[in-house]
Amino acid sequence: MRRTLPILAVLAVLLAAIAIANPFFLEPAGFLGFVRRAAPLVILAAGQYFVIVSGEFDLSVGSLVTVEVVVAARLIDGNEGATWPVLLLLVVLGLLVGLANGLVTTLLRVPSFIATLGMMLVLSGAVFLWTGGAPRGALSEGFRMFGRQTGWAVLILAVTALVVVLLTRADFGRTLVATGDNERAAALSGVRVNRVRILAFVLSGASAVVAGILLGGFAGVSAQVGQGLEFQAITAVVLGGVVLGGGRGSVVAAMAGALTLEALFTLLNLYGISGALEFTVQGVIIIAAVAAGAVRLPFAHPRRSKGDAHAAS
Amino acid sequence: MIGIGKSFLGVRVLGEVDLVAAAGEVHAVVGENGAGKSTLMKILAGVHPPDEGTIEIDGRGVSFGHPLDAQRAGVAIIHQEFNLLPERSVAENVFLGREPVRRGLVDRPAMDAATARLLGELGEDSFGPRDPVRHLSVAQQQVVEIVKALSLDARIVVMDEPTAALAEHEVDLLHRLVRRLQGRGIAVLYISHRLREVFDLADRVTVLKDGRLVTSAATGELTPDGLVRLMVGRDLGSYFPPRATSAGETRLRVTGGGNDRLRDIDLELRAGEILGLAGLQGSGRSALAKALFGAEPFTRGRMTPVRPRTVREGIAAGIGLVTEDRKAEGLALRQSVRDNALLVARASGRGRRDGVRELLERVRLVPPRQDREVRYLSGGNQQKVVLAKWLTVAPRVLLFDEPTRGVDVGAKAAIHDLMRELAGEGAAVMMISSELPELIGMSDRIVVLREGRISGTLPAGPSEEAVMRLAAGEVAA
Repeated sequence: MRRTLPILAVLAVLLAAIAIANPFFLEPAGFLGFVRRAAPLVILAAGQYFVIVSGEFDLSVGSLVTVEVVVAARLIDGNEGATWPVLLLLVVLGLLVGLANGLVTTLLRVPSFIATLGMMLVLSGAVFLWTGGAPRGALSEGFRMFGRQTGWAVLILAVTALVVVLLTRADFGRTLVATGDNERAAALSGVRVNRVRILAFVLSGASAVVAGILLGGFAGVSAQVGQGLEFQAITAVVLGGVVLGGGRGSVVAAMAGALTLEALFTLLNLYGISGALEFTVQGVIIIAAVAAGAVRLPFAHPRRSKGDAHAAS
Repeated sequence: MIGIGKSFLGVRVLGEVDLVAAAGEVHAVVGENGAGKSTLMKILAGVHPPDEGTIEIDGRGVSFGHPLDAQRAGVAIIHQEFNLLPERSVAENVFLGREPVRRGLVDRPAMDAATARLLGELGEDSFGPRDPVRHLSVAQQQVVEIVKALSLDARIVVMDEPTAALAEHEVDLLHRLVRRLQGRGIAVLYISHRLREVFDLADRVTVLKDGRLVTSAATGELTPDGLVRLMVGRDLGSYFPPRATSAGETRLRVTGGGNDRLRDIDLELRAGEILGLAGLQGSGRSALAKALFGAEPFTRGRMTPVRPRTVREGIAAGIGLVTEDRKAEGLALRQSVRDNALLVARASGRGRRDGVRELLERVRLVPPRQDREVRYLSGGNQQKVVLAKWLTVAPRVLLFDEPTRGVDVGAKAAIHDLMRELAGEGAAVMMISSELPELIGMSDRIVVLREGRISGTLPAGPSEEAVMRLAAGEVAA
C-alpha cells in the first residue's frame, strides 16, 4: 500500500484537474466514459506488470492487439453467429503468442527485449501481409458491444483487476516477484523459474486479447489500432513505481499508473495540446520515473527501528 | 577520533566513541553486528560525516565532506565487497581515475611498473599487473585493494572483515600482508568477527557495543572469553551446545557418488547427528552439499532414498540447503521477511503458510517482524530468515554451508543452538564451516574432503591438526 500511495496521489490531482476543466467529468457518464477509454491500457499494464516484475519486457503486446482486431474483423466479417467461436480463437492465439515469447526467453535464453521485439515485428509483418495494409471485414455487433458499452467495459476491467490482484497474492505471484528479485535464490528454493516466467508472458498475451476485444469495439478496425500500446503499457507500469529489472512493485500501482497516463492524455487533450505530444510526454515520464527510482532519495529509506540499527553498520 | 556520534533518521547508532590508533599498530575493532563498527569506519573514510566529535590525523584536525577528502588525507578503506572492475587489469584498477599520463595518453608502462613494484614489496608473485581482475581469487583481489591503498600513500588502512570470504590458508597470507603494512608504519584498523585472529594479529582492541565504546585495551590484557563477554555484554557460557548422545536411523546414504567435481563419495547422514564437512576452499565441500540437494546433481553412484536430479526433487525428498552466499543464493533481498520465509513452501506447493510468526520466533529473529525487507536486516537475522524458509517444509535432512559466516557472536550462538535443536528433533544435519573451532565444536562426526574425494572421517572432537592433515593431504608418517 505504501508504494501505491504516490501514484494514487498523482492520479487524484490529475482527475481533479480534469474535473475543473470539464465539469461533465464529475457526472457518472463522464467519469465512466473515462474509465472505458482507459480500460484497454489498464488491462495491458496489468499484463505487462507480471512480465516486468519478473525482470523481463513484453514489447509484442501492441502488435498482438492489432492482430487480434484485424483477425477478428476478417473472420467475423459482420456475421453475428461467428462472434463466440472467433473470440475463442482470439484467446487461443493470444495465449500462444505469450507462450512463444516465454519459451524463447527462458529456454532459448534470448533476452526478452529482443525476443518480444522480434515477435512484434513478426506480428506486424504478418498483419501487413495478410491485409495488404488495409484490413477487410467487419466486426459483429455482439463483438463491438464489449468495448462500446460502458457497462461491459467497466465490468471486464473490474473482473480483470480482481483476477490480477488475486494472482499477485497467490503462490504464483509471490514466487514470480521473488524470481524477478533473485532468480538464483528462487531456483534454489525450488521455484520453477522458467515456468513462472512463461506464465507471466502468457498473462501478458491474455491481457492483449482482452485489450484487443475492447479496442476493436471502441476504436474500430484499423491496422494501427495497437500501435504504440506496448510503450504506453510499459510507461504506465514504470509510472506506477514498478522497478524495471524486476523484483519490486505492485500491480495495483501499475494499473493506477495506466489510469494516470490516460488522465494525463485527457488533460492534454482538454487544453488543446496536440495528440502528437503524447509520445514526447511518455518519453519524459519513462525517463523521469526510472531516474527517480534510481536516485535514492534520503527520505525514501524505510525507517529503521532501534533493534535494526545494525543495518547501518 | 574523539567523541564521535552519529544518528540515522533519529536513531543514534554511535555516541561518544573515541578511537586512537598509533602508526605501525594493528588495531582491531570488534563488536556484534549493529555495534557501530562499520559506521565508525565509514565516518573515518568520509562516507558519512559525523554528527558529533572530531577526527585528527597526525595531530591535525580534519573533516571530510567526501570519501575523496579522506583518501587525500591518507585513509584507505577496504570493504568486504571490493570495488574492482573485473574486466580491467590489476594495474588499471590500482590507478583507476588517476592514471599516469604521458603526452595525453595513459602511460601503461609506468602504471604497470609502479604496480609491479608494490606487488613485489608485498611479496606477491602469484599474479602480475596486467592480469585481468576477473581471473583473480578473492584473496588476490584483496591484495589488489591493498596495493591500491599503498599507491595512494595511505597512512591509515581500514579493513572491514577481510577474512570473512577467505579460506584458512589464505588467511595466513593476509595476516602476513597486514604485518607488512604495519612494518611500513601504517595504522591498520581491522574489523573482525574471528576472535582468534584478533589475538593473533592485533596490538590493541577496541570493543563497541550498541554504538558505545566498551573498552580499548592492549590485546595482552584480554582473554578470549573476557573479550566475548565485553562484546556480548553477558557470559556466553560454553561456546557450543552439547553434542548428541546417539545417532538415529540413516536419513540419506550415498555410495560411489560423483560428478565433474566429486569422486567416489560414500556418505551417510543420520537422524539426530550433526556431520561436519571440512576441507580447503575448492575441495568440493559446497559441491557436495549441492549434489546431495540436487542443485548440481551427482551423475554417478547411488543415493537413497533418492538421488535428486533437480532442486525440486531434493526438496521433495525432504532435503534443504542453507547456501553459502545468502545474498546471492539464499534470499530475495527486496522481498519481505514473510515472503522469503514462505518461498520454499510456496514454490513446492506444500508445507505450512500459517504460523510464520511462531516460526520467526523459533529461529530467534529479533524483532520477529514479517513486513521488513530482508536487505535491511543484519547478517545474522538474514541467516535466520533463510533457516525459517526451510523449516516451513520440515526437512528431514538439512545441509548448512557456512551458516555463520559474517554473523555476529550472538546470532552465531542462536544458529548453533537451532542446528542442535533440529538434530534433536530427528533431522540429519550436515554443516560446512571454514572455521575449524566451530566445525569441531559442533560436529558429532567430521568428514574431510580433498580434491573432490573424501580423505578421511574423524569422530567427535578431533584436534585441528588432525583435520588439517586430512584436508591438506600431508601423509602422517
